[in-house]
Amino acid sequence: MASSQKMPEETLLKVSHIDVFHGSFQALWDVSLTIRPGEIVAIIGANGSGKSTLLDTISGLVHPAKGSIEFEGKDISALEPFHIVDLGISQVPEGRRVFPDLTVLENLIIGSYNRKARSKREQNLQRAYHLFPVLKERKSQLAKTLSGGEQQMLSLGRGLMSDPKLILLDEMSLGLAPILINELYRILREIRDRGITILFVEQNVRRSLTEADRAYIMEVGRVVLSGDVAKLREEERVKKAYFGA
Amino acid sequence: MTLLADLATPIVMGILLGGLYTVIALGLSLVFGVVKEINIAHGDLVILGSYFGYVAMTVIGIDPILSLIVGMPLLFGIGFAIQKYLLNRAFKISMNATLIVAFGISIILQNTYQLIWTPYARGLTTPYALESFSAGPIHIPLVYLLDFFVAIVVMVFLREFLKRTYLGRAIRAAAQDRKTAHLMGINTDRVYAFTFAIAMALAAIAGVFLGLTFSFTPVSGMSFLIIALGIVVLGGMGSIVGTFVGGVAFGLAQTLGGYFFGVAAQMLVAYIMVLVVLAVIPRGIFGR
Repeated sequence: MASSQKMPEETLLKVSHIDVFHGSFQALWDVSLTIRPGEIVAIIGANGSGKSTLLDTISGLVHPAKGSIEFEGKDISALEPFHIVDLGISQVPEGRRVFPDLTVLENLIIGSYNRKARSKREQNLQRAYHLFPVLKERKSQLAKTLSGGEQQMLSLGRGLMSDPKLILLDEMSLGLAPILINELYRILREIRDRGITILFVEQNVRRSLTEADRAYIMEVGRVVLSGDVAKLREEERVKKAYFGA
Repeated sequence: MTLLADLATPIVMGILLGGLYTVIALGLSLVFGVVKEINIAHGDLVILGSYFGYVAMTVIGIDPILSLIVGMPLLFGIGFAIQKYLLNRAFKISMNATLIVAFGISIILQNTYQLIWTPYARGLTTPYALESFSAGPIHIPLVYLLDFFVAIVVMVFLREFLKRTYLGRAIRAAAQDRKTAHLMGINTDRVYAFTFAIAMALAAIAGVFLGLTFSFTPVSGMSFLIIALGIVVLGGMGSIVGTFVGGVAFGLAQTLGGYFFGVAAQMLVAYIMVLVVLAVIPRGIFGR
């Protein structure tokens, strides 16, 4: 595991006891999570378990009513999304959300909107093209003309253009062919090997428990289990609930 | 043949007038397409540009077109402030709140114009505003040509700006998907303020050329707002080419309607066309 090379007590992101509301509906209850630099961490849970809300809270789209979120030791829980992107957290949203009437290249350039990333734009663009050669081939096409898989690659490539230290992936494999999903996870490991920490949300439990180093399992807004994936795979509760054993 | 010769003037006039209408409607279309606000005060802000040109001409004695060097940045600043301090805040309450705030701005502006410049009609009557030229059977006022030329220049600049700059791309991204724009590190409140500011700089240009072409009163803004809304409905919101096509169609409907049915019916013809388009293609000719 790449994370073992780092000091174990070092944390990149620390979410402590957050409560999050959508209006009067409480979506997260006392959720805590830590991520160390270089890790791949998964959040697993069914629809409505609060996975996406957790990512949106880290990104600053919603703010916690209680608790704190620290990134590299700095409290970011009250910051606006554009500040959080500046600090080095990038979210690849569920459903790809590419800008349909912008070209592939324009979508990528928009990813480097924050000032820090602009100076590294060429370098990050070459990295995105290296990881996803198809984006280079199609750079002048409108994003809406891409296939679903290509749009996911564009969304991921765009997320990398902000020069992030931590990337949040929301349901990357949803609706894609298995062969494409394998390819995306292979690229994910390559991204991690280039020094970017990854937090991903996934409904496919089996996949999550093989691709990640550690995982958090959520149910109706709460973290119910967490730990190294090897250990989680052996948990009776996980086996029963997710593998039908 | 004589019908064709008679028609030549209204057709050419209609197309050229469409240029002026395009410039008037572009700012409304931009704000509509990006911020999703219907800026009811747009017409009155265009008229603010007209009065600015009027003051520059009558008080200071400089050409109204030249005065845009100051007028454009001035309205740009006013626009930025309106969006930043009023409309962005109103938006956090509801979309209706922005409508009401814009309506309030409209009323305040109209009454301010009445107080300062009286209800009488004014015009930017420069020497060249009265010039006209003839080519065969066609008789065209010179300002109509200027209107059209300015429309082309404004459209090219706006298009290149939206295509080539970071801010321009951010404006287009925020128009297409607000949430994802946030995730890209775009401060959408700031982008909206710039969008409104750019729309107001365009309104300054529109105001001056409107004043060169027609006379205006403190309440003229309302009729030009309605024309601009008609054009945006015709062309589809947020599209430059669509606004131009809508503007020219509107200009033609007006001049040809006037030719065939008399001056009293010219606006009626234009609006029947808007209603037909709305019924057949509700998204407008170039709408997404």
